[in-house]
Amino acid sequence: MQTNTYEPADFVTVSVGGQLFGIPVSVIQDVFSPAAVTRVPLARPEVSGVLNLRGRIVTAIDLRCRFSIADEERPERPMAIGIEKAGEVYGLMVDEVGEVLRLEAGDIDPNPVNLDDRWARFSAGIHRLDGRLMVVLDVDRLLSFGSLEDAA
Amino acid sequence: MDDLLTEFLTETAESLDVIDLELVTLESDPNNRALIDKIFRLVHTIKGTCGFLGLPRLETVAHASETVLGKVRDGELAVTSEGVTLILASLDRIKEILAHLGQTQTEPEGDDAQLLDALARAAEGDMSAGPGAKSTQPAIEAAPEPEPDQEPEPEAAPVAAQSQPPARGPSREESAPPAAKGGEAIGAQSIRVNVDVIENLMTMVSELVLTRNQLLEMVRHLDDSEFKVPLQRLSAVTGELQDAVMKTRMQPIGNAWSKLPRIVRDLAHELGKKIDLQMIGAETELDRQVLEMIKDPLTHMVRNSADHGLELPEERRAAGKAETGRITLRAYHEGGHILIEVRDDGRGLDCEKIRQKALARGLATEGVIESMSEAQLQKFIFHPGFSTAAKVTNVSGRGVGMDVVRTNIEQIGGTIELRSQAGKGTTFLIKIPLTLAIVSALIVSAGEARFAVPQLAVRELVRVAPGSEYQIERIQNAAVLRLRNKLLPLVSLSECLGMAAGASAQRDAFIIVTQVGRRQFGIIVDAVFDTEEIVVKPVASILRDIPLFSGNTIMGDGSVIMIVDPNGLADAIAPEQGEEDAGEGETVVRLADRQDKTAFLIVKAGNDEPLAVPLALVTRLEEIECEKLETAGGRTVVQYRGRLMPVIHPSGYIAPERGKRQPLLVFAEGDRVAGIAVDEIVDIVEERLSIELEPDSSGTLGTAVLRGRATRIFDVAHYLTSIHADWFSARLKATGQGRRVLLVDDSAFFRSILEPLLRAAGYLVTSVGDAAEALRLREQGESFDAILSDIEMPDTDGFGFAAAVKAGPGWETVPLIAVSAHGEPDDIARGLAAGFDAYVSKSDRDQILGAIADLLTGQRAAA
Repeated sequence: MQTNTYEPADFVTVSVGGQLFGIPVSVIQDVFSPAAVTRVPLARPEVSGVLNLRGRIVTAIDLRCRFSIADEERPERPMAIGIEKAGEVYGLMVDEVGEVLRLEAGDIDPNPVNLDDRWARFSAGIHRLDGRLMVVLDVDRLLSFGSLEDAA
Repeated sequence: MDDLLTEFLTETAESLDVIDLELVTLESDPNNRALIDKIFRLVHTIKGTCGFLGLPRLETVAHASETVLGKVRDGELAVTSEGVTLILASLDRIKEILAHLGQTQTEPEGDDAQLLDALARAAEGDMSAGPGAKSTQPAIEAAPEPEPDQEPEPEAAPVAAQSQPPARGPSREESAPPAAKGGEAIGAQSIRVNVDVIENLMTMVSELVLTRNQLLEMVRHLDDSEFKVPLQRLSAVTGELQDAVMKTRMQPIGNAWSKLPRIVRDLAHELGKKIDLQMIGAETELDRQVLEMIKDPLTHMVRNSADHGLELPEERRAAGKAETGRITLRAYHEGGHILIEVRDDGRGLDCEKIRQKALARGLATEGVIESMSEAQLQKFIFHPGFSTAAKVTNVSGRGVGMDVVRTNIEQIGGTIELRSQAGKGTTFLIKIPLTLAIVSALIVSAGEARFAVPQLAVRELVRVAPGSEYQIERIQNAAVLRLRNKLLPLVSLSECLGMAAGASAQRDAFIIVTQVGRRQFGIIVDAVFDTEEIVVKPVASILRDIPLFSGNTIMGDGSVIMIVDPNGLADAIAPEQGEEDAGEGETVVRLADRQDKTAFLIVKAGNDEPLAVPLALVTRLEEIECEKLETAGGRTVVQYRGRLMPVIHPSGYIAPERGKRQPLLVFAEGDRVAGIAVDEIVDIVEERLSIELEPDSSGTLGTAVLRGRATRIFDVAHYLTSIHADWFSARLKATGQGRRVLLVDDSAFFRSILEPLLRAAGYLVTSVGDAAEALRLREQGESFDAILSDIEMPDTDGFGFAAAVKAGPGWETVPLIAVSAHGEPDDIARGLAAGFDAYVSKSDRDQILGAIADLLTGQRAAA
């Protein structure tokens, strides 16, 4: 597992199933409250559906499913983080959006060796916050649904 | 103005501007090789195009400049200020001529002798002479001596194979008013725009259309709104804008054809054929995205026509045709479609070859192929890996042909059809939508969700409800709809999409009758809403592997819905062999032809026990209203296809219940029909036989285990005789005429099926269970008119038996027919080699009877 050495950078914290995740602000295009998500039959389970974000069609990605987090306690009003990749917009569905943190690169630890593989492959490292640990999302990997996953 | 000329003017004006700049740079950086190369290339291109368009004056000047530049490039001349001035002067002259050309579409009269002379001397190394004063005024009529052009110019190569260039050379007939008045800037009437800009514009317009739809949706609910009028205006303007932007994406189809004359010319050369390529309607415009998609298929088809379609000159002469074969490309608009015809006047498709090939490839069994019409056979060329070219040439015949063409065309919602007549030629007709960006779609719902179905594929809508004229019926699990005397296979959208069985469970539903290529089927949906113009957006890459969706779109209310791909659904309904028309009975035949297994129709009649009827014996399944059953002379009859058909029920009596529909098995032999009424058609099973033959009563052939259940096999012959007492005797006169047939089959079951069948056809049948017994009959001096033998038998198999029969003595000349469940080409070849005169499928009664009749007639004729 490579250690990403982020320069001091801003992260938006989000929580999914009680776990704190950090997403680099630089990749975020939008934070929105998803309305009217259309389920796509036959799609893989990670895809919650598609929705309209100001005229663009966004593919909603279920982070719970991606991280195999138990399905219980879905929030009533989930939030979504809009990220553009290769000309397509994805919406990462999260329970809650926290705050924007500026963090020093030195505070990032590599993934602990005992971290579940399903987590490790989408984690760029662990941030030690006061009292909580934040998983830094590797957005690129998170949104690669083909070969990479098979290889992992 | 001529499109080609306009394009040339625009392009050349751009090139000249570049050369101007680069020349100046070169002057200060005389050793920059890349620059010299670039300038040379540009001038060279200008010269080449001039020659191509037939502009001699321009060409001469450009050529002279090129000669000088060529020497500079080769290092024979140094870059000097004088040299650059001279070249610049010649460029100015070119610009002058172009300006005139832009106004009048003709080259101005003029004398370039002085300039040419200066250039020629410069080429010799003498730069001293200046270009002299501009002298475009008509002077001495000394036609500039065009220096012979040594270099072959690919772009300018005259295309031998082309009889009528669609738009070549400056044409005078059209005068372009806007171009004529402002001649100061060359090509000002057209500008080049990056494709991305246009794509972006298209996206923006799409958004606008969406927003307009949204607004319209909102205002629709308000009765009296002040928004109405301005909104109407907005709507109209949006529509116009959409059209206008669409137009910017339009390109003449000629752009996709531009390479064809050259390709055909080369092919003609290579193949030793004379080919005349006609291109009609090159100006027909279509969306550039569509254009890109059909470019390759078209090229491939023209190649095919040249290679396979057209004959060699001598063959053509022998056939009484002109030596020169003709390939015609024709494009025209019709409705929201563009139609493209690729026609050749060659030899047409060889149905015999296709038949053999289809058989060899195992695309269908012999029986099915025999019964196919020519048009159905011809469609095989669209099968993957099907190529009739006997040998692989480097032109075509690699077997990656027409199926790819068809796939490409269907991908863009198009269809391809083919008509071919032996000796007359082949015509392909391609029908494609004008654009892919905005399509008209039917909005439907299935399992709580809404979907869009492109209108292009929709033929009609049928509503099914209890008590209405149309009902969804089922054969096993296959849902079908009777539509105008045809059975339409149905597929449930919600089931296909893996959603809870919505529509299929309901009795109230809509059927979208859909046509994809030649395939017709119905899509069952819960409800149908509206037709809307939708903007097609590609699905995210992560969803692209779902073949059932071709895109998604944003609706007027802002929600996103998926666009169903009828092609994907068609594949879901019948992956391989959905080709044939879903005609009556055909499905049945196909089922019956599957090897090793026998298809049975499971019915219930009289009691709850399942009864099995060999499907091959049933001509048709019908359902009639009980009211239509009449009694005449103590017999139950029904008016069926303009005739009276006697109907019986296995239990002996029919109890018609008003308002109910009575399922009937219809049997037809020659001009006789009979119906057997059953209580219920339960299923079609296809199983390997495992039967214990113990006829417990007349009317059954015994009991078999089908689907794990003891099932009695229905003795069709028994009932048919009870309907028509003279069924057999009539047949006797018809074909069999009392001829003797020996049937050799180890399976008692098949003997029981074939025996009555043969007897019904008027033959006298002797059946035995193995080859040894049959040969004993020969020793006893028995004689037969024909022998039918199974192949798979214990001890001596069919091949061994055939060898023994043919070895004689006694039966050497008796026609020998193999009746087997195995219909592989190898088996057939082996059978024929072993001495069989024919090889037919066990399950196809028509084929069996046909084979005997054919052989007996042949024998009689020979005798």
